[in-house]
Amino acid sequence: MISVLRSAWLIAAKDLRVEARSRELVYTTVFFAVTAVLIFAFSFVQEDSTVPPGAASGILWVTLTFSGTIALTRTFEREREHDTLRGLLLSPVERPAVYLGKLFAVLLLLAGVEAVLVPLTGLFFQAPLGRAPGLLCLLLATGTLGFASVGTLFAAMLVRARSRDVLLPVVLFPIVVPVIIAGVRGTNALFTPETDLAVVRMWLAMLVSFDAVFLSLALWTCGPLLGE
Amino acid sequence: MSAGALDFDRIDITDVTRQYGRRRALSRVTLSASAGDVIVLLGPNGAGKSTLLNILSSLLRPTSGAVRYGDTAAADAGDALRGRIGFLGHELFLYSDLTARENLTFAARLYRLPDPDGIVERGLVRANLADRADDRVGGFSRGMRQRLALERALLHQPRLVLLDEPFTGLDDRSADALVERIAELGRHGSIVFAATHDFDYAARIATRATVVNRGRCCELPMDGSPLLTRYRTALAVEAA
Amino acid sequence: MTRAVPVVLLIAAAMLAASPFMIDAAPPEVTMGLVQKIFYVHLPSAMIFMVSSVMCGVASAIYLMGGRSAKADRIALAAAELAIVFGLITLVTGPLWGRKAWGVWWVWDARLTSTLVMWLLYWSFVLLRRFGGAGSETLSAGVGLFGMALVPFVYWSVNVWRTLHPMTSVVPTLPASMGIPLWWDVVAFACLFGALFALRTRVERLRTDLDSALADADE
Repeated sequence: MISVLRSAWLIAAKDLRVEARSRELVYTTVFFAVTAVLIFAFSFVQEDSTVPPGAASGILWVTLTFSGTIALTRTFEREREHDTLRGLLLSPVERPAVYLGKLFAVLLLLAGVEAVLVPLTGLFFQAPLGRAPGLLCLLLATGTLGFASVGTLFAAMLVRARSRDVLLPVVLFPIVVPVIIAGVRGTNALFTPETDLAVVRMWLAMLVSFDAVFLSLALWTCGPLLGE
Repeated sequence: MSAGALDFDRIDITDVTRQYGRRRALSRVTLSASAGDVIVLLGPNGAGKSTLLNILSSLLRPTSGAVRYGDTAAADAGDALRGRIGFLGHELFLYSDLTARENLTFAARLYRLPDPDGIVERGLVRANLADRADDRVGGFSRGMRQRLALERALLHQPRLVLLDEPFTGLDDRSADALVERIAELGRHGSIVFAATHDFDYAARIATRATVVNRGRCCELPMDGSPLLTRYRTALAVEAA
Repeated sequence: MTRAVPVVLLIAAAMLAASPFMIDAAPPEVTMGLVQKIFYVHLPSAMIFMVSSVMCGVASAIYLMGGRSAKADRIALAAAELAIVFGLITLVTGPLWGRKAWGVWWVWDARLTSTLVMWLLYWSFVLLRRFGGAGSETLSAGVGLFGMALVPFVYWSVNVWRTLHPMTSVVPTLPASMGIPLWWDVVAFACLFGALFALRTRVERLRTDLDSALADADE
């Protein structure tokens, strides 16, 4: 168990070091997220600058989903260069360690994107970020984990597939529908003037159980799924 | 499981077939190798050499047939088995944005080797890259990368060494060093499979030679005649 | 087993041909009138859709955990394709009824949304299979397995929005005059499913056999 976590961290730290040198993923993903927010602003914000109810949470989660997909594709495109993912799978490191290592790296990258994206939605769409910052962070953390836990597994499997760029969203989006629904609804319950924290907690509970089930399922199946 | 428990002196491939849809990359291959064997795999492009190496690496499952490492079947060997196998593929498994030293250190830690720093230093010296150790691999020539990738593949002193076109991009001096290195691996009891198109180098390293053609394997006699002649004869016999 | 296929297909055809008369003979429902008759097609296809999605999930799990049996893979593929067919029937007949009941073609209700999401999931299974290239069997088995684990979450998440869909608990309380044509159609659809399923797995088996034979001929 300890050795699995240590190897996972080794792989994640390698990814961070590569990213610290090129900064390609952070720059491009954050820029993509910002432009996506702009497009949403043009399509939803009214002439008199009012934001329709529910738009802020929706924009936040849709942007997260799209930029998360880009981040996943690019992260694994990097492991495809020189076939380094196969290098990882050829080593005696357990499959769950490879999966967790890549998951850590993707999560850190998405946390960086969120650090820019969330204040931006607060700024552009008057989202009351300060109302319950703890709950908002928890919603974002569990939602991102749910998205990335499934996304990392399928992106890793798709590395060897043809037309992988388009197949990742094809596979990933139907599976993460519950995450998106819970994330949007929970954040919306937090942002509406008559905030109902009980509703927020209900969606949070749903996200936590989704994370638990799909993370365990991914750890359990990543042996046979990544094996060949 | 300790690495020692998995040490093997022989490999037995029995009746292995690998099918990709309509194409059969390997067809009922049976082949055995024991400690000290350096087996060169000869054959035209797309003949199944890489598929055979991939199956030997335990990463690719045969469609049918079995591979045994000593007394252990590939299917139930577990993760530790991969720690006894070294693979130098056509793609080199090196990260362009990391330096030579970082690449080797990463590999040494992945293989959970004791004293990674010492092993990495010796590897850098062997690859003749000690003076470029802290440069990024992205700026290296193909030959330099090939030397580094070889050290990465041999860092953990594998029992089974799989080399796919190891002479690609090497200058004469590096190629001579590689010939010597492979001979040394054989003397230390490793089993080496090397797929190559270069008959001169193949003849210098081989203790055994096998032709892989259209998914089938056929062992060449080691009768001292030139390897290329034996290879052409084998292909001609099969065609007829 | 394959010899039974034409017989079962004939039974299904005969039953489906007779079913309009039986549905016609059933008493009209008070509030919905004629449109309620759609229910005799809608519910059976939805049931078959659920059966095939469970089959796909179980077969995928067996494929992944039990040493890549080609048979489990064929079953998962056939079940996924049939889930698309019967899911389509469900999704087309549902709005036809909903237009009359709710005044709109589509509502984002729990049943409708979860059915749509699951239907898309089997599309992604089949698309992956079609365009994924070598090794896509394993990938699509992953989709089938994750899809099965997904059902409760999709249902839970969309259930919190108000449910408009009639409860299935009404089925046992139906009068016999409505129940008989309903179960008649359920059996007819089940026969159709069984026959198509047997044919599809057979086609897939023949395809792999043919691939092998062609590879043999090449040598």
